[in-house]
Amino acid sequence: MNVVAKTETGRALGDAFAVARDRLPGKGKIAEQRREAFEAYERLGLPHRRIEDWKYTDLRALMREVLPLAPAPDAAALGRAAAAVKLRAIDGVRRLVLVDGAFAPDLSDLGKLDKGLSIRPLREVLDAGDSALSAQVIATDVSNPMIALNGAMATDGVVIEIADGTVLTEPLHIVHVASGTAPASMFTRSLLRLGRDTGATLVESYLAGEDAKAYQTHDGLIVAIGDNARLDHVRLVEDSVDAFNISSATVSLGAHAHFNTFGLTSGGHVSRYQLTVTCSGEGSKVETNGVNLINGKQHADTTLFMDHAVPHCASREIFRAVVDDRAHSVFQGRIIVRPDAQKTDAKMMTRALLLSDDAEADNKPELEIFADDVTCGHGATTGALDESLLFYMRARGLPEKEAQALLIQAFVGEAIESIASDPLREVAIATAQRWLQARA
Amino acid sequence: MSLLEVKDLQVRVEEREILHGLSLTVNPGEVHAIMGPNGSGKSTLSHVIAGKPGYEVTGGQILFKGEDLLEMAPNERAAKGVFLAFQYPVEIPGVTTWNFLHAALNAQRKARGEDEISSPAFLKKVREVAKSLNIPQDMLKRGVNVGFSGGEKKRNEILQMALFEPAVCILDEMDSGLDIDALRIAADGVNALRSPERAMVVITHYQRLLNYIVPDVVHVMSKGRVVKSGGKELALELEESGYAQFEDAA
Repeated sequence: MNVVAKTETGRALGDAFAVARDRLPGKGKIAEQRREAFEAYERLGLPHRRIEDWKYTDLRALMREVLPLAPAPDAAALGRAAAAVKLRAIDGVRRLVLVDGAFAPDLSDLGKLDKGLSIRPLREVLDAGDSALSAQVIATDVSNPMIALNGAMATDGVVIEIADGTVLTEPLHIVHVASGTAPASMFTRSLLRLGRDTGATLVESYLAGEDAKAYQTHDGLIVAIGDNARLDHVRLVEDSVDAFNISSATVSLGAHAHFNTFGLTSGGHVSRYQLTVTCSGEGSKVETNGVNLINGKQHADTTLFMDHAVPHCASREIFRAVVDDRAHSVFQGRIIVRPDAQKTDAKMMTRALLLSDDAEADNKPELEIFADDVTCGHGATTGALDESLLFYMRARGLPEKEAQALLIQAFVGEAIESIASDPLREVAIATAQRWLQARA
Repeated sequence: MSLLEVKDLQVRVEEREILHGLSLTVNPGEVHAIMGPNGSGKSTLSHVIAGKPGYEVTGGQILFKGEDLLEMAPNERAAKGVFLAFQYPVEIPGVTTWNFLHAALNAQRKARGEDEISSPAFLKKVREVAKSLNIPQDMLKRGVNVGFSGGEKKRNEILQMALFEPAVCILDEMDSGLDIDALRIAADGVNALRSPERAMVVITHYQRLLNYIVPDVVHVMSKGRVVKSGGKELALELEESGYAQFEDAA
C-alpha cells in the first residue's frame, strides 16, 4: 500500500481547500467534481522526487509554504495589474486579463466578437450551471496531483469557443497577472474549444505587478482542436523572481488538425509546465518548441507528454535551455506511440547551454513505442559556449557579454523561428533580448 | 614610434614553452613576412598578439603604439586597431554576417568613443567593400562563414579587414586551403589595403604567397625565435634551400 506521508505544505493545501470550498463557483455536480478532484490530490499528496515524473522538481522540497488564496482584486490591485499589462502589451490582439485568479472585465476586451467566437469568464459558466461545459472544464486527470488540485480549487478563467468554420484574424491574449499586493496563491483554469475547420492564435503571458510580493500561480488550460483546425500557441512566462508557477496544458487534436506551440520561460523562481498533447485524429500534426532562459536560483521544468494514439500523425519537438549562475533547467519529453499509431513520425531534440559551472540542466527524452511501422527519434546535448567562436567574435571587437548574447540568440533561434506569426515571433525575440540585456 | 613592438616574448602553453624570447619591430607602412616550418611558433605569435586565451606569457612585452597590448582584452585590442585574419575562420550558425559585422563595428566604435554607425550607412559601406572583393550579397545574409568555401572564408576575413580599417593586420596562413585563383583574389584584396599608415604581418609556410603580397622584410622563425631577418630575397633563398639550415641556428 502506498502510504502518503503528509507534509506541512500538503496539509496546508488541504486546509486551504476546506476554507475555500464554499466560496468556489459551481454547485451540485460541479461541487461534487471538485471534491473528487481534491480527494485525488489528497491520495497522491504533494509530488516529490521519488515520483518519476517529478524527480527533478521536488515540490515537497521546493514549496515550503502555502500562501493564502488571493482575495478578489480591489482597485489598488487592478491598478498595479493594469500597469504590468500595459508594459507588456502586444499590438493587434484581443486581451483577456486574469488578475489574482479572477477575470478582470475592465482590463479585458470583450467588444465586437467575431461571428462564431464566444468568450465567457469561467466563474460565470460555472455559476450558470452549464453542466456539459463545466464537466469538461473541471473533469480532470486525477493521476497528476497538481492538475487535480488545480481542478478542485479553480476560481476563474476564460472559456473560449470557436464555432465550426470560424477563422479568427485577431490573436487571443490571456494575461495572467499577479498584482503582488500581498503574498497569495491563485488557481485558474481555462478552456479553448476549436470546432471543425477553424483557426486561431492564442498567446498566454504570466506577469506580476512591480516589486510583487511572493505568489503561487496554478493554471490549467484545456484545449480541444477539432478536425481540420489549426491552433498557434505562444506562452511567455515572465513571473517575478519569487513566484511559483505550476501549470498544465492538455491538448487534443482531431483529424488533420495542426497544433503549433512555443513556450519561453525567463521569469519566476520555480516553474513547472506540463504539456500533454494527444493526437486522437488521423493525419494531425504537432510542433512543440520551447526555450528556457534562466539564471540566479531559478528552477524551470517543462514536461511534455506527446501521445500518438492514432496512425499517420507527425510531431516535432525542439527545446533549448540556457542556464546561468545556479539555475536549474529541466526538460522531460516522452513520446508515446500506441499500438494502433502506425506511420507515426515523431522527432524530439533538446539542447542545453550551461553558462556557469554551477548551472544544471536535466534533459530526459523518452520514447515508448508500441507500433512497429514508425519513424521516431530523439536526441539531447548539453554543453558550454564554444570558446573558439567567442574568441573569434572578441577578436572582431565584441565584448565578451555581447559575443555571448549573439551566440545565445543563435542557440535559441531555431526554437523561436518556429513561431508562425511574424509579430509574435518579434515579441518572443524581444522577451529573450530583455533577458540577455539584463545579464549584460 | 613603431606600430608594433614585440620584445623578448616568452610564451607557454600547458607547461611547454613555445616562444623563447621573440623580438619583432613593425613600423607603419611596412609589410613583414614571417616564415618558418611547422611548430616554429608562428601561429602562437599571432594568437598571443590577438589575445587568444590559453597562452601564458612568462616574459617580455608586446607594445602597440607604445601601449601594453598584453593588458588588454581581445576586443579592446581590436578596437585599438589590431586585426588577426584567422588561418581557419570559424563558422557561426544562426548569426548572420550582416548582424555580426554591424555589431562588431559598432562595438569597436563605441570603445573608441565614436558614434554608432547607422544601418543605412553601414549597409552602403559593406556593399561597396563586398563588391570590390567579389562577395555576393546573399553570402552576407547567411550565418557567418556557414557553408562558405575556403576561398570565401578568406575573402570574408579580408572584407572585415577592409571594414574595420585596422592599423596592424596579422594574416595567419592566409594561403592555406586556397587554389591559385582564390589566392590571387585574396592577395589583391590585401594589397588594396596597403597604406603608409598601416602595417601588415604575413605569416606563411610558403614563398608562393609572397609573390602576390610582396614584403618589405622577411623573418625566419625556428623553434620559437626569429633566427634570421632580411629583404624579400630571403624568401626566395628559403624556397631554394629549405628551413633545415636554420634548425641548428635556433
